[in-house]
Amino acid sequence: MTLRPFHQASWNEPILLELSTPGQRGIIPPQIEPELTASGEDPLAGVPEVLRRSRAPQLPECSQPQVLRHYLRLSQETLGNDVNLHLGLGTCTMKYSPKVNEELVRSPKVADLHPSQDDDTVQGMLEVLYRFERMLCEISGLSRFTLQPAGGSQGVYANARMMHAYHAARGNADRDEIITTIFSHPCDGAGPATAGYKVITVYAGDKGYAEPDAIRHAVSERTAGLMITNPEDTGLFNPHIDEIVQIVHDAGGLCHYDQANANGILGITRASDAGFDLCQFNLHKTFSSPHCSMGMPVGACGVTAELAPFLPVPTVEFDGSRYRLEYDRPQSIGKIRAFHGVPATVVRSFAWVLSLGAEGLREVAETAVLNNNYLASRLADVPGVDVSFAETNSAHRLEQIRYTLARLQAQTGVSTLDVARRTADFGVASYFPSHEPWVVPEPMTLEPSESYSRADLDEYAEIIAEVSREAYETPDKVTSSPHDSTVHKMDLEQHDDPERWALTWRGYQRKRGATAGARGAGS
Amino acid sequence: MSDAPSAHPYIPNSVPAVRREMLDAIGVGSVDELFGSIPERLRVPGMLDLPEPLRGEYELRRHVMGVLDRNESCAERLSFLGGGCWPHYVPAVCDEIVNRGEFLTAYYGDTYGDHGKMQALFEYASMLGELVECDAVSQPTYDWGAAAATSICMAARLTGRQAALVPASVGAERRSLIEGYCEPWVALETVPFDARTGLLDLDRVRDAMSEQIACVYFEMPGFLGVIETQAEQIAELAREAGAMTVVGVDPISLGVLEAPPRYGADIVCGDIQPLGIHMHYGGGLAGFVASPDSERFVSEYPMFLIGLGTTAVEGEYAFGEVVWDRTSYIQRGDSKEYTGTTQNLFAIAAGAYLALVGPDGLGELGRGIVQRARYAAERLEALRGVRAPVFSAPFFKEFVADFSDTGKTVAEINRALRERGLFGGLDLSGQYPELGQSALFCVTEVHTKTDIDRLADELEEVLR
Repeated sequence: MTLRPFHQASWNEPILLELSTPGQRGIIPPQIEPELTASGEDPLAGVPEVLRRSRAPQLPECSQPQVLRHYLRLSQETLGNDVNLHLGLGTCTMKYSPKVNEELVRSPKVADLHPSQDDDTVQGMLEVLYRFERMLCEISGLSRFTLQPAGGSQGVYANARMMHAYHAARGNADRDEIITTIFSHPCDGAGPATAGYKVITVYAGDKGYAEPDAIRHAVSERTAGLMITNPEDTGLFNPHIDEIVQIVHDAGGLCHYDQANANGILGITRASDAGFDLCQFNLHKTFSSPHCSMGMPVGACGVTAELAPFLPVPTVEFDGSRYRLEYDRPQSIGKIRAFHGVPATVVRSFAWVLSLGAEGLREVAETAVLNNNYLASRLADVPGVDVSFAETNSAHRLEQIRYTLARLQAQTGVSTLDVARRTADFGVASYFPSHEPWVVPEPMTLEPSESYSRADLDEYAEIIAEVSREAYETPDKVTSSPHDSTVHKMDLEQHDDPERWALTWRGYQRKRGATAGARGAGS
Repeated sequence: MSDAPSAHPYIPNSVPAVRREMLDAIGVGSVDELFGSIPERLRVPGMLDLPEPLRGEYELRRHVMGVLDRNESCAERLSFLGGGCWPHYVPAVCDEIVNRGEFLTAYYGDTYGDHGKMQALFEYASMLGELVECDAVSQPTYDWGAAAATSICMAARLTGRQAALVPASVGAERRSLIEGYCEPWVALETVPFDARTGLLDLDRVRDAMSEQIACVYFEMPGFLGVIETQAEQIAELAREAGAMTVVGVDPISLGVLEAPPRYGADIVCGDIQPLGIHMHYGGGLAGFVASPDSERFVSEYPMFLIGLGTTAVEGEYAFGEVVWDRTSYIQRGDSKEYTGTTQNLFAIAAGAYLALVGPDGLGELGRGIVQRARYAAERLEALRGVRAPVFSAPFFKEFVADFSDTGKTVAEINRALRERGLFGGLDLSGQYPELGQSALFCVTEVHTKTDIDRLADELEEVLR
């Protein structure tokens, strides 16, 4: 296979605030009717001088075409999943987000709903929320879901809060420890920590996953619960998962199944099958809703009937003819996110599940696993690229694999970060190495979801193979990369240096001088 | 393997012949072998019980749109609902930008793959920084409540104190978010508001201030619409006690209202939904936190922070994560606060909005909103039995109207308005029983004089 010649768009676009031309306007606000200003009275009468804007905000002054052109150039300098083979973002489940679903949520019937409208005026939205909750109950085997948490991390946090409420209701508030594992998502530690828990992290055994004995060692009368991802970042399914759940249950704890990325197990195995009390799905991952530059997420949280009283308010109820929001839930943990979370994303995921049905969901899982193992077979002969824990565990991985480039690094001096940067020169976004800490040295985590064709997988494998070849033959080419991306190699240290880091243009000007790096108004 | 009649359009490798060849390349006989690590006892027996698929795009669109068509949107009805999510005009260019496939489907790409996304997010923070006159601005958090809760927790860590003052005029929704989040870390003390003015009870602020108080939090304008005219005095009381001042703002007011640090705010937070983002049944909310840019403050931010830097090529900009090690992605179980995917697409929209509106436009917007809201209050006040505004302090885009003397409940009034195609004000009788049968009306630049007149006229009919 010959790799395509590529150069990413590189507009050298100035910072928007540099493009300002005094007097230009991008939009005219709705004009006030003369009758409302006829009295000549100052509308801000009564507002003390100290609270009135003394100096107009230093926003740019730009015409409408200029603003549009600027942002569309920036969009061209962005490799979203619509554009590139985004399978390098392991743990993120990059997949096709159907365009028809975007049409649905752009409708005023979704976009222009106010969250406090009377239930009678949002029966369609409540029906979607209700029916989608039933779908997730079937997919997980659990009893109820809240669709309110606006993100996977917030979902994990919500479940930690529900665990806390559950124990408190039983007079066990002194259970103040949560157990997680090193290959679980970092939020499985951070969520409970934010909720006030002490977090115990269990490391993986030889097989690449937490062993029951390690969990047995970690539990105590202080254990509130376990928060574990499975399959973990390695793509390995922990076959002892039900035994682990039993150990925690025997110690009096609850178990949360992080199913942010359930792409390899849809219709194959469920949270309830392993005995879990709670779980969470990320609709912007497994359930196809677009990742929105890290936006519009939903972390749907499922619970058993026993934990349902603690769900955030409101829940959506249906009496056979009318849907309604229920706030009267005395044991509820209250609000986790304002109003009803991010319902547009639920609409998208609802439509996605409807388009697939039970067989389709299973086909998603099967194809994601097939694609992952096929890509692994294509990478098997690439010098310096190995599968983590391959020596001790021959099990097939499910939807993703954490590879290690330790051999490549040792033999060539080229690191995984160098390789990741270099792949950007071939038209794919730099891959995700690993969550921290790097237990697997020089990691590379790839997740080729069901959305990629065999030819796509072949192309991606060839890119990795090509960069490996370069690492052994012309390592400088890799370490000095990227060469054909939007920008060139950036020194990371400047972003850790208080004297140089710049979170805003005003901060940049203050620290580096008004003209530092400025190219002046162009466009 | 699926026995579906044709390959699924979303799944390229659902073609049986292709799957066969891929299995051969892997060296297994069937897909099922790849699932060998999942014990039989954990397998789903048979198929899930889900609705029959709508594989055709037309059938799918027709079905889902048919369900959604039962909604009555604020585009079809005349709505005066606000209270934490507000109707503002969304410029066409904002929608065009956020609907671009590159932004819509980008995620965790970085400096090289997603340079444009990073620049747009940096520019968003930069323009918000101009509004609030702060050099440090976070990338979005979930909503105003999350932003306020984090700001209060940051103040607690920065001062080493574990209590905070919060006004009773913070709405129930946001209060629940703040209380639940702060519960393990900061004790919240509620400060009442004056029933006549709607302002914080300054004496109670003074009395409550102590060496235990990390910060006082208040909103500008508040949930009940009021502009807190004592802001400078409150901030001064906090400063004298060694506490911080955290101010939650509606950013669309900042063309006419002062940048909070100028009257003493140490940390500023709020929601960017008014800036070019559709309400989305509340999904359009996105919070922000801003502060001075010092190592001390920046170290306490849990959110993503995007920094502008330079590359190996002279004059070239590039963007990276600032002090990445402070985030929960590194700190895991040792985190102060978690972070994750939040609402970045809306930050891009808000940036574009601020660039379009510009400094003059924001001032015009603010003045126009206040004028319309004042006119609406005047029209309602003229109705028999209606008192509006209930509070004497100046207000921005929301005000409270009291219907107690009309003999009708807000629920009854709103039901009657709904039949006439209007969504009336937010019913406050549940969360503020002391305000009687009161409602919070929201008036913005989307409301014309004719709209406001229609509200008043219909109300007159309904109250008759």
